[in-house]
Amino acid sequence: MTNKLIKYTVMFLVAVLVQVLFLNQVQFSGYINPYFYIVFVLLLPLSTPRYLLLLLGFLIGLTIDIFSDSLGIHAAATVLIAYIRPFVIRVISTREEDRNDFPGLLQNKFGWFFSYVTILVLAHHFVLFYLEYFTFSHFFYTLLKVIFSSVFTIFIIVLSQFLIFRK
Amino acid sequence: MKSLFRYLLKNHVLALFLLLETFSLALVFNYNSFQKSQYLNSANQVTGTVYNTYHQITRYFGLIKVNKELARENAQLHTLLQKYSNRLAKPDILKDTASGSDALIRFIPAKVINNSVNSPFNYITLNKGSNDGIKPDQGIISPLGVVGVVAQVSPSYSMGLSVLNQRWSVSAKLSKTGFFGSLIWQGNDYRFAQLAEIPLHVTVEIGDTVVTSGYSTIFPEKILIGTVHDFTRPDGENFYDIEVKLAVDFKSLTHVEVIENLNKEEIDRLKEMLRDDK
Repeated sequence: MTNKLIKYTVMFLVAVLVQVLFLNQVQFSGYINPYFYIVFVLLLPLSTPRYLLLLLGFLIGLTIDIFSDSLGIHAAATVLIAYIRPFVIRVISTREEDRNDFPGLLQNKFGWFFSYVTILVLAHHFVLFYLEYFTFSHFFYTLLKVIFSSVFTIFIIVLSQFLIFRK
Repeated sequence: MKSLFRYLLKNHVLALFLLLETFSLALVFNYNSFQKSQYLNSANQVTGTVYNTYHQITRYFGLIKVNKELARENAQLHTLLQKYSNRLAKPDILKDTASGSDALIRFIPAKVINNSVNSPFNYITLNKGSNDGIKPDQGIISPLGVVGVVAQVSPSYSMGLSVLNQRWSVSAKLSKTGFFGSLIWQGNDYRFAQLAEIPLHVTVEIGDTVVTSGYSTIFPEKILIGTVHDFTRPDGENFYDIEVKLAVDFKSLTHVEVIENLNKEEIDRLKEMLRDDK
């Protein structure tokens, strides 16, 4: 239990720091703006109680908001993916399969992990960017941002599975 | 009542989700009142310390560029000094007025420890706060030109809106003709902003410099903002559409100065009186 607590606390801190100190500072082109930190929400064990999942999602979203002065935007997007996560898992999993408690890449098939990450990252980025601009007048510009950034975020999350968060 | 509780308990996840989501959205839509709250922005102790520590480590990588910028500013100041000492013929007078108590403006040097250009509302965090005399509504400039305005202050850090923030506009004028308008960022390219409200009878040329108007207490007059990059006359309107290339490279901001207008209170009080009269 304590072990788990330490592990996920470290993961929380690493995700936040990587996001605010590295990814937010490296300003790629205008379209690409990866949000890697949601890997924390994605990698929480499947047995996490749903209320805890929501609270943790809210906490990490709000932390990122405070760091980037975008109050509420990240919190709203992260709470949403924390809420839909169990439904997504139910939809993409076949019934017979015995689900591993950890949704990481090493514990699951690549195809499963990839669709899991893709759906949640797209949902998150969609809410995030449209909430940020809060206008449909830049509809296609925002949509391009959503797509390019999602591709990049997914890439980093999959890559991170090989480098860190192995266990 | 009992059944309501039972219902909530049964659907506690949905209830919690709605609660958190409502709270987040309330934060988004009340950005003005909540950003005034002390702790929920990047000027607070924790985020300030994190950014500052990181900056201590990474600042070495930008030293060459910073040096160049500072040397350039130095050269500019030398030229100015030369110009004025010639005019006054007595350097003593210059010294007196420069250090005297009737100086109207004071510059507080600071370092940018966090900055963004990608969002439609970009903010910067500085490593100086109220301990160094920084207050909200003071202007921020870099050696190259106008950067932004201070919005939030904590004892040792402060947070400001940069020019690249659609919730803010700068009062600007064309330095050649003196006509003024407001400079607003359009939210897509961090190198360009739009100068509005310049009437059609004014002659505008590509390359004209755009400077601060000095009509607000935030910036003194004639601080460089940028140059006219392109302009059009929209059909059926009385004003130009002017695209201004910003002088400051917002992607590589390091050293800035915060402007303290020592007469600000007096001017603001006068403005307040005028408003009351109306």
